[in-house]
Amino acid sequence: MSANLAALGYLIAAVCFILALRGLSHPSTARQGNLYGMAGMALAVLVTLLVLPAPSVGTYFLILLGVAAGGGIGYAIARRIQMTAMPQLVAAFHSLVGLAAVFVASAALLDPEAYHIVVDGRIKTASLLEMGLGTIIGAVTFTGSIIAWGKLQARFPKPIEEKIPEPVLAVFRLFMSSKPILLPARHVINLAIGAGILLLLLIFMGTESGFVFLLMTLLAFALGVLLIIPIGGADMPVVISMLNSYSGWAAAGIGFTLNNPMLIITGALVGSSGAILSYIMCKAMNRSFVSVILGGFGETGAAAAEEGEKVAKAGSPEDAAFIMENAQKVIIVPGYGMAVAQAQHAVRELYDALTKKGVEVKFAIHPVAGRMPGHMNVLLAEANIPYDVVFELEEINNEFQTADAAYVIGANDITNPSAKEDTDSPIYGMPILDVEKAKAVFFVKRSLAPGYAGIDNPLFYRDNTMMLFGDAKKITEEVVRALDP
Amino acid sequence: METVDPGVINLIIFVLAIFVGYYVVWSVTPALHTPLMSVTNAISSVIVVGALIATGAGGSWAAFLFGFLGVILASVNIFGGFAVTQRMLAMFKKRG
Repeated sequence: MSANLAALGYLIAAVCFILALRGLSHPSTARQGNLYGMAGMALAVLVTLLVLPAPSVGTYFLILLGVAAGGGIGYAIARRIQMTAMPQLVAAFHSLVGLAAVFVASAALLDPEAYHIVVDGRIKTASLLEMGLGTIIGAVTFTGSIIAWGKLQARFPKPIEEKIPEPVLAVFRLFMSSKPILLPARHVINLAIGAGILLLLLIFMGTESGFVFLLMTLLAFALGVLLIIPIGGADMPVVISMLNSYSGWAAAGIGFTLNNPMLIITGALVGSSGAILSYIMCKAMNRSFVSVILGGFGETGAAAAEEGEKVAKAGSPEDAAFIMENAQKVIIVPGYGMAVAQAQHAVRELYDALTKKGVEVKFAIHPVAGRMPGHMNVLLAEANIPYDVVFELEEINNEFQTADAAYVIGANDITNPSAKEDTDSPIYGMPILDVEKAKAVFFVKRSLAPGYAGIDNPLFYRDNTMMLFGDAKKITEEVVRALDP
Repeated sequence: METVDPGVINLIIFVLAIFVGYYVVWSVTPALHTPLMSVTNAISSVIVVGALIATGAGGSWAAFLFGFLGVILASVNIFGGFAVTQRMLAMFKKRG
């Protein structure tokens, strides 16, 4: 196969990838888009196999083996993974892209002739720069994603946990805590490491030294860990989007090294996708990207709620059922708590029972509800809740004033009116769902404990609010039972 | 006129692709942001082409090894990413 033909094949693959993203503009076209993505990938791999520098039966066999092993693992995980664990899975997958980028760059350094980047017995300086940048970004993505995975996973499943010796487990627990780990002078350390990496990159470009390359990669691994450990659990939507973006830039860097426009295009698509998602998430929290990256949020303002005069009204599932079945319109607001309690199927039963009684039920999703962008939508879809009753913040916020009841399940900060009224509040200016405008508000929550931002929610103490204390799934099931005729 | 360096052409492609990405991704509905992440994850694993070249270059053993490991890692992502995206998208249904 000629190089020109191969390049045209890669072009078609790149177009397929663009169509894959384009399909996601609506749920009805998304699956077809995904098929385009698969076709593009198959084509890209096929073209590459046809233009291998030194093809042999043995090589093809080994490649087939590698693809079967990796693909089998990936497919098995994808079939079995629970939808609530999707953020962890995506973080884990990002780490693999990062490490793969490091491996490809290492291979290119060890066998530069195969990649046509040698001129006069030396690797081209531009190629060394691209290779170096791809490696650095890939390495940061790798370790950063592992830490993000740990923070999202929080703990191993019981059977695995029992097999790990206690001291090792203690180390894991430290890194898997969703609480920020704040090293003293961490910004200085990170800056120093960053400067060290750049210096090594310059030396590497001058010397082509494998040792310098290794040192640079190790420092980048360390930087990935240090960048993510100070970031708290609820800032994870931004972190995952950011790592998504990094994995794209790493791929683009490798694309430059390989002089492969398709890889450059794909990397740019993924890189800008992650960057836009990070931007949307930051905007939804009214925080700057820099403040999220510097970390430590949620640790400072954890002042205890002023107890005493304020009394929250606790209600029973029966009370909630009575009010909701006599309502005309109910809006359900899910949050991370719904995912933790695996309550999405119970919520579906509530939706069915109320709809059967002629109540209009809608869902309101805040952009940062959950631990990754779109997390709640996937869980509701899993529970067979039709997507045309699920609305985004801007679409539905005006409807709370005409709703008879709002059922808030496992969400807190995203409904906190302090964001509108209290200029001293750490979340002041964050767009929130106006649940307080509904005639009655139910909060399904374990306790009055403040949310991630560490601030009290004045909504708990309003006259039209009723607290339903307990596990989100259990309470919702009890409400459904009370609804039954 | 002298010819343009391939590196510069690559840069042009890169910048234009960022613009394509920008407009395409803003058109993605927020409800599908999770599938967007999993599918971008799968397609960024097209980095597998680099690993395939190292595996089939017939050069040094070390380069082969890195390439082979790269093929395995990227394959986990490609199959896992597309399959999990398909699984999620299949769940999004309309009323009735």
